[in-house]
Amino acid sequence: MSEQRAKGDTSADATGLRASSLYQLITVRFKEYTREPEALFWSFGFPILLAIGLGIAFRSKPADVVHVAVVNVGPRSAALAASLRGDSGLAVEELAPDSAAVALRTGRVALVVVPSSLGAVQYQYDDTRPDARTARLMVNDAIQRGAGRADVMTVGDQHVRERGSRYIDFVVPGLLGMTIMGGGIWGLGYSIVDQRRKNLLKRLVATPMPRSQYLGSYVISRLIMLTIEVAVLLGFSTLLFGVPMRGSLFAIATIIVLSALAFGGFGLLIASRSKTIEGVSGLMNLSMLPMWVLSGVFFSSENFPSAVQPFIKALPLTATNDALRANMLRGAELTQLWPQMAVLLAWMVVCFAIALRIFRWR
Amino acid sequence: MGWRGGEQEDVELPTMPEPSNSPQHALFVRHLHKHYDDVRAVDGLDLMVAPGECFGLLGPNGAGKTTTIEICEGLLAPDSGDVELLGLRWDRDERELRERLGIQLQETQLAEKLTVEETVRLFRSFYARGRTVADVIGLVQLDEKRHARVGKLSGGQKQRLALACAIVGDPDLLFLDEPTTGLDPQSRRQLWDLITEFKALGRTIMLTTHYMDEAEMLCDRVAIVDHGKVIALGTPQELIGSLGAEHVVEFALLDGAPPLEDASLAAIDGVIAARRLAGGYELQVSALHRTVPALLALLAQRRLELAQLTTHSATLEDVFVSLTGRQLRNE
Repeated sequence: MSEQRAKGDTSADATGLRASSLYQLITVRFKEYTREPEALFWSFGFPILLAIGLGIAFRSKPADVVHVAVVNVGPRSAALAASLRGDSGLAVEELAPDSAAVALRTGRVALVVVPSSLGAVQYQYDDTRPDARTARLMVNDAIQRGAGRADVMTVGDQHVRERGSRYIDFVVPGLLGMTIMGGGIWGLGYSIVDQRRKNLLKRLVATPMPRSQYLGSYVISRLIMLTIEVAVLLGFSTLLFGVPMRGSLFAIATIIVLSALAFGGFGLLIASRSKTIEGVSGLMNLSMLPMWVLSGVFFSSENFPSAVQPFIKALPLTATNDALRANMLRGAELTQLWPQMAVLLAWMVVCFAIALRIFRWR
Repeated sequence: MGWRGGEQEDVELPTMPEPSNSPQHALFVRHLHKHYDDVRAVDGLDLMVAPGECFGLLGPNGAGKTTTIEICEGLLAPDSGDVELLGLRWDRDERELRERLGIQLQETQLAEKLTVEETVRLFRSFYARGRTVADVIGLVQLDEKRHARVGKLSGGQKQRLALACAIVGDPDLLFLDEPTTGLDPQSRRQLWDLITEFKALGRTIMLTTHYMDEAEMLCDRVAIVDHGKVIALGTPQELIGSLGAEHVVEFALLDGAPPLEDASLAAIDGVIAARRLAGGYELQVSALHRTVPALLALLAQRRLELAQLTTHSATLEDVFVSLTGRQLRNE
């Protein structure tokens, strides 16, 4: 940075822009940040590693094989198992009744077929599990066919695997939202409380430094850092996984900046009173954990009951994730995203207003 | 100069000039009170510091020194009382005061990842006018360390860097809160030299310390503070002179010896005051050459043997002991 060029005694006499306190505060933020290898890993390395991991785990592959078991009670079991093996989508094992029960309970098999007397068959499965219901359909189909049922209508399959509907396409906007949230909350919260704990905040307000510049330097440096983080994560996912970016660059930039400001305000609010790292860490985890779960980072927030949906929709991370997904995957523009933008704007205004009012400078 | 706090208040306050626009005082503090919960940290404290003076607040830990100095620095609000600095007040002139004060807090950990030069340059950027970064780094003798990270500095170097940050705005009034606490003797001496140099520029300094030698070395005048009050005020020489004793004799007897009664100690030639301390006795004496032989004669007569005998010139420590019956150190 600047001091690499600065040598000799004249370097000390900064002039113009470099002499301004806002510029100094921002460069100091950057230096402190880039000289902290762990911080760099968590903001760059971690989201990319996560994307790679998830990309591999959920890469496009033939539809999952469904594991089922047939309880071994005699020759009928072998016949049933044989007819099930005719379906390549099923992995079939024959198990003793005890082992079958265990396999079902631990989720190793999705369904257990129990041949009973009089040629009937009973299916044991958890009807709340989607894969178990799939297994029920496939197993039943195979058994009925094996028993001689004929299809009454001719059907054909055409497989459509589109970019934008894969899991990686779903999860990258979520990871992006998570990065923005983590950067805002950790980036401001931890650092400000650390400075308060070390009495550095008190030392700074004992100088003529305008307090707005101190806070402004955090917001500005956060936005600059975020631009780099986002560029790396998005560039990586579009190049390696072909994650689509169908919306306009302007729209996605606006969503990201507004989200960053909302989470920056959130981080500032969390950091506004704490005097210990332990205290602020607790607050940060308390506020981030529910959003990791509820706001649709790794799975859709639609999975939660409709009664809590209004609450979930009001969370800033939900707004960020929904807006990013709509923009990247469906090409939605800002005019279609006003509810999410309104939520983010409200969080930003309320957080900053409260934080500035209750901020403890010493 | 009288130095019993209570008496001085009554005598001096009515004649205290009202603060005016032309500051006769670099610092003027009157009737200052501040309490935390049920502790009266500052309990009716008055101070006047003249321009160009190096003024010390000397007292044990918990005496209210830091609370007092932080109120003066505008970092704490007093419960009641007046504070005026350079003819300015915190409620009206905060902006100008911040430009004209230099402050070193008792415990500040500067950002460890920054270098010395980056730290000083940051603080320089806050002030409209001031010294150059290189100038200040040279002044605190950190030239060789200018590209070193703050986290790698020794305690003394960190303290000098803190001093650099305090003087980079070229302040008219410099506050130093316990500037050498926790430093080794060599680092302390180095800091004393720097403070003396700054003083030579004609700037006003107010410092707190619980080291009597530091106050004697640096301060033109000293206020001894205890329980939030000024209990003695004067130049170090005046305060020591007020004891009437130039020397202090400390001695201890072998274990098991019967205690010496105060009356016979006080009756020894040249003794002004005698008191029993934990593990021994302390005599404030005006004429060491007469007292020591007389003491030895007394002990010989009683067939008592010395375990230890030391003497030193009277210090501010002895002033504090004679005022409070307690010692400054070991707290």
